[in-house]
Amino acid sequence: MSNIVVIAEVRGGTLKRPSLEAVTAAKQLAAGAGAEVAVVACGAGLDSATAELQQSGAKQVIAIDGPNFANYSGDAWAKAIADQARSLGASAVLMAHTAMGKDLLPRVAALLDGAIVTDVIEVACTGGTFTAKKPVYGGKVTMAVKATKAPFCATVRPNNFAPAGSGSGASVSKVAAPAGELMAVVKEIIGSGGGRTPLQEAKVVVAGGRGLKDAEGFKLLEELAAAFGPGVAAVGASRAVVDSGLRPHREQVGQTGKVVSPPLYFAVGISGAIQHLAGMRTARTIVAINKDADAPIFKVADYGIVGDAFEVLPALTKAIAAAVGHK
Amino acid sequence: MPMDIVVCIKRVPATDATIKIAADGKSIDPAGVTFELNAYDEFALEQALRIKEQLGAGSVTVVTIGPKEAQKELRDTLARGADKAVLLVTDKWMFDGASTAAALAAWIKTQPCNLVLCGRQAVDSDNNQMAGNLAARLGFASVTEVVKLTLDNGVFTAERDIEGAREVVSCKTPAVISCQKGLNEPRYANLKGIMAAKKKPFEETPAQLGAAALEVVSLTLPAARAAGKILGNGADAVPALIQALRNEAKAI
Repeated sequence: MSNIVVIAEVRGGTLKRPSLEAVTAAKQLAAGAGAEVAVVACGAGLDSATAELQQSGAKQVIAIDGPNFANYSGDAWAKAIADQARSLGASAVLMAHTAMGKDLLPRVAALLDGAIVTDVIEVACTGGTFTAKKPVYGGKVTMAVKATKAPFCATVRPNNFAPAGSGSGASVSKVAAPAGELMAVVKEIIGSGGGRTPLQEAKVVVAGGRGLKDAEGFKLLEELAAAFGPGVAAVGASRAVVDSGLRPHREQVGQTGKVVSPPLYFAVGISGAIQHLAGMRTARTIVAINKDADAPIFKVADYGIVGDAFEVLPALTKAIAAAVGHK
Repeated sequence: MPMDIVVCIKRVPATDATIKIAADGKSIDPAGVTFELNAYDEFALEQALRIKEQLGAGSVTVVTIGPKEAQKELRDTLARGADKAVLLVTDKWMFDGASTAAALAAWIKTQPCNLVLCGRQAVDSDNNQMAGNLAARLGFASVTEVVKLTLDNGVFTAERDIEGAREVVSCKTPAVISCQKGLNEPRYANLKGIMAAKKKPFEETPAQLGAAALEVVSLTLPAARAAGKILGNGADAVPALIQALRNEAKAI
């Protein structure tokens, strides 16, 4: 039986949630292909992540574990994963569309000489043909493709599939991480543990635009994010705000920034330029707060408040804190 | 060590262009669309020029697989300071990452090259996969979405943003590096550069494309979001918003 392989992302011993979403996508493919799901993880000290993956509904979990893999190396990890994918007879290889997924899966796909589709929002396998849908042209268009080469490799957009859980226990095998040259390797990770919720993983994104004017305005936005409680909300920014230097580029939402798809998105003082909409239009619920009643953002928002962010934000922060119980 | 640098670029629709689907349902209607050099590729070109300046030796060759019209974008890169431009001509839309990487890798293997720079993604197909795919085919190291890059004794130190933190990567050469906004401020062409560009080598040859790995089934416009509700004006509308988020959207 062929396998749908998922590459799990483990950072600091912790399994990243988007990997479980990729397992869900893999299960859909496995059902269509009459295949089984196998998960491969790389790192050093994978026991707790492996235990979690065992309950994800995969048939087997392979941990490539050892000190040589303590730090991420795209070239070395891709080689080890491609070897596993070959011996598993992988008809598809999936990974989350994260910083690591974008770095690693293309290398794996090339080593397997397969097809690759990135940032997919739907996948299927019908009659042995793998298909996927993904946003192109900055989300202005949805492209449906079919693979004409095997294996089918895809990165899965976070927050588009429910995380897999509750499966019967998968078999686990441990493979020693191969020794050998690391051409590119992570030397250091800076700024983690600062309590910042990653933009693409946040349940709530509160994004600000020119309407917030200055650092004072963004302080109000940060207070709104904090009102949701620790680890829930992240602050985003429009391109204009990032280009002005007020906020860092890592916070930019839009076509030349990050694409986010959270359950709840607040656009505060953002007019809604086409580049911005490209980065957030697939959010489940969109709230817009803007002084200009004719701002295009109101055309995509589920709920709108016409008003000055400096007046609305403090009241909203208080009300959210009361509603979610974080006072 | 001098670096022979290849910069991969793409001609793409401007990011503020309105995109319409063509009658075949599988391509876009180019009427009224302005095309430009992919914004991320500008960071790649700028970094290539800076590395050559730092080392005081080497070469910068810019390559694209694309339509004849991409001559314009290539000429612009020559005017900004690249030494040579190569257009591998095709009428096909290069959205298929695997076959694009395979064709580029085959061409790069015929060139002196120990560094390939590209943008993190082209803003048409939005793939973000070229660097790794190309590097594995060439046997090169790779780092993607780089926001800071230094070179010391043939070894790169690259920084890239990951979810909630930043990675510092040590990367040997030869390498493929994809460039993210924030890496540098690209220079523009000046008159002297534009004049000099006219004398620089410009090669044009049909692209050698292998079997496709992907086929477009359809392009569609995403469903428009249902019209939303304006709940009111100013802070007075906040209670109505909380009610709607809790009871209707079930978002809090």
